[in-house]
Amino acid sequence: MIPLQTIAFYLMSTVTIAAGLAVVFARNPVHSVLFLITAFFSAAGLFVLMGAEFLAMLLVVVYVGAVAVLFLFVVMMLDVDFSRLREGFSRYLPIGGVVAGILTIEMIMVATMVATQGAAKASAGPDASGGADVTNAEAIGRVLYTDYVYFFQAAGMVLLVAMIGAIVLTLRHKPGVKRQNIAAQNARTPATGMTIVDIKPGEGISE
Amino acid sequence: MTLADLNLVWPELMLAGGALLLLMVGAFRGKGGPAFDGLAMLVLLAAGVAAVLGGEGRGFAGGLIADNLSSFAKVAIYAASALAIPLGGGWLRARGDDKFEFPVLILLAALGMGMMASAGDLISLYVGIELHSLALYVLAAFRRDDARSSEAGLKYFVLGALSSGLLLYGASLIYGFAGSTHFDVIAASIQGQAHTGLLFGLVFLICGLAFKVSAAPFHMWTPDVYEGAPTPVVGFFAGAPKMAAMVLLARVLSEGFGTTVAQWHSIIVIVALASVFVGAFAGLAQKNLKRLWAYSSIANIGYALLGLAAGGEVGMQAMLMFMVLYMVDVTGFFACLGALQRGGKPMETVDDMAGLFKEQPGIALAMTAFALSALGLPPFSGFFAKVFVFKAALGAGLVWPAVLALVGSVVAAAYYLRLIKVMWFDPSTGPVETPPLTAKTIAIGAALFSFPVGLIALHWLEPLALAASAAFG
Repeated sequence: MIPLQTIAFYLMSTVTIAAGLAVVFARNPVHSVLFLITAFFSAAGLFVLMGAEFLAMLLVVVYVGAVAVLFLFVVMMLDVDFSRLREGFSRYLPIGGVVAGILTIEMIMVATMVATQGAAKASAGPDASGGADVTNAEAIGRVLYTDYVYFFQAAGMVLLVAMIGAIVLTLRHKPGVKRQNIAAQNARTPATGMTIVDIKPGEGISE
Repeated sequence: MTLADLNLVWPELMLAGGALLLLMVGAFRGKGGPAFDGLAMLVLLAAGVAAVLGGEGRGFAGGLIADNLSSFAKVAIYAASALAIPLGGGWLRARGDDKFEFPVLILLAALGMGMMASAGDLISLYVGIELHSLALYVLAAFRRDDARSSEAGLKYFVLGALSSGLLLYGASLIYGFAGSTHFDVIAASIQGQAHTGLLFGLVFLICGLAFKVSAAPFHMWTPDVYEGAPTPVVGFFAGAPKMAAMVLLARVLSEGFGTTVAQWHSIIVIVALASVFVGAFAGLAQKNLKRLWAYSSIANIGYALLGLAAGGEVGMQAMLMFMVLYMVDVTGFFACLGALQRGGKPMETVDDMAGLFKEQPGIALAMTAFALSALGLPPFSGFFAKVFVFKAALGAGLVWPAVLALVGSVVAAAYYLRLIKVMWFDPSTGPVETPPLTAKTIAIGAALFSFPVGLIALHWLEPLALAASAAFG
């Protein structure tokens, strides 16, 4: 009898790989993004199998919820001519094939080395497990602001730069935009809000 | 984290705090100005002093290393960044494109470069690279209404993201096979023959870093980005970030992979020679001075990499000396280039320089000094920079690479000499506008450093560089 976990692992890794291939091969970029979401979901399932529930939830919330939806918007807004994209395919096929072939052979070599010799012996980094009764969200929380505080704060600075950059490159101050000024509105009196115009007969009101 | 760790990050804390404070001031004032630029320069100055006076050691579980090398690199990086602020600020103000974010972005870029110079871990390596790169992408596209500036920013961003991907892939392979992201633990995990997967990761890491220093064959972005980006920003690009990336490369290779020198040594030698030749031959065909200087910077990175390939204390010292002297040259040259205008149009091609000596003798003399220094003619500082590199390379037995690099340097001489000939002997095509005082002061100062102040400065620069490279003996 095969354990349930093994069945789940093989099922989800097959789906991940198939969806990953479909991302590359799909003709329609919208389909590619949808396959990408499938791949994220099954990868989240793999995380759960490894006992990393927190990472699994993050993957679903951040990647599926935000990043993939953003991709979808961008892809739908781009005006891509698909027939022109395919034009150069045969021209670049030989060189692309050679590069892909070399990479594939190298990766197979690395994978066989791992299979025969094993990868890292033991992790020498900061111990994040913190005992058996600690959930992995708690384990991350314990090192995030202690061992990894420098990296964590620096990553915050990276986000700050991204924000400044977006503002510098896109914000334009348009003159003459009417905005609400609550203080000025509350301070309005009949004297400031009203003008008395003496209209002479037969002339009407001009500006 | 302990309070002792905080003692090591004073420069970073000052830069981060200063950047946030200036950002708030700028956001409420709505504009920058010379005084605002001056404050940003003061922050960089204070950070430089803190880098020299601050404690030494490893902090944050090995993520940050404060030693002689990091202080040496940080002082050079912060000084170059501080000079970029008035140069760039004045240049942008003259074109009506100044925003208070410019000095803030330079501060944040300097923060990232400082992190790179003292990275002791693959995570701080990556975060430092991303922090400074993102700021540089924005600076390249800073004149957003100028099509070429936007193109430069976009090209830099897309290719930079690709190289970051390569680098990250390499880092994840190294983490997977070594079991840690710390350089010293990675080194300890290599016993005897290094694992193929680890070397695979190392090659990707070198590719990513070679892109950041624009070494051939990862140089293709350099000419386009340099041509389109604002001129003073290019002067900044060509100096400080390359220093940071070279120090980072040196640290990763010698601390993380010092036990597998044979595996990466030939890669560095080949990349160095390829850079020298690409820079020398492709530069011959260039008409735009910014593109020309982009190829010149590719060739110069080749010499710095040759110093790195020589290895050991002497090689590292040669690399550091070369980078510092090159930074002075390149800062001065782009200060000149940004200051020159003829009839309201920037002078950017070699032909535009015709008769510059008759119009602006001071600037023409300074540019001649920079060209001769980059060419490596005695008694200019560039000659001594190359002497250090070649001496280190010959000392390490790299005779053929040194000879080939010398040949490349002779080829490159053609374009420097052509520039000098056009400036001095071609008839002028019209009056050149008076350059702004800041740019002129910095240009003349850098030219005087190139000759003769640099010769005196070498006496104290040399032992400092030697002390900085002592860790790599």
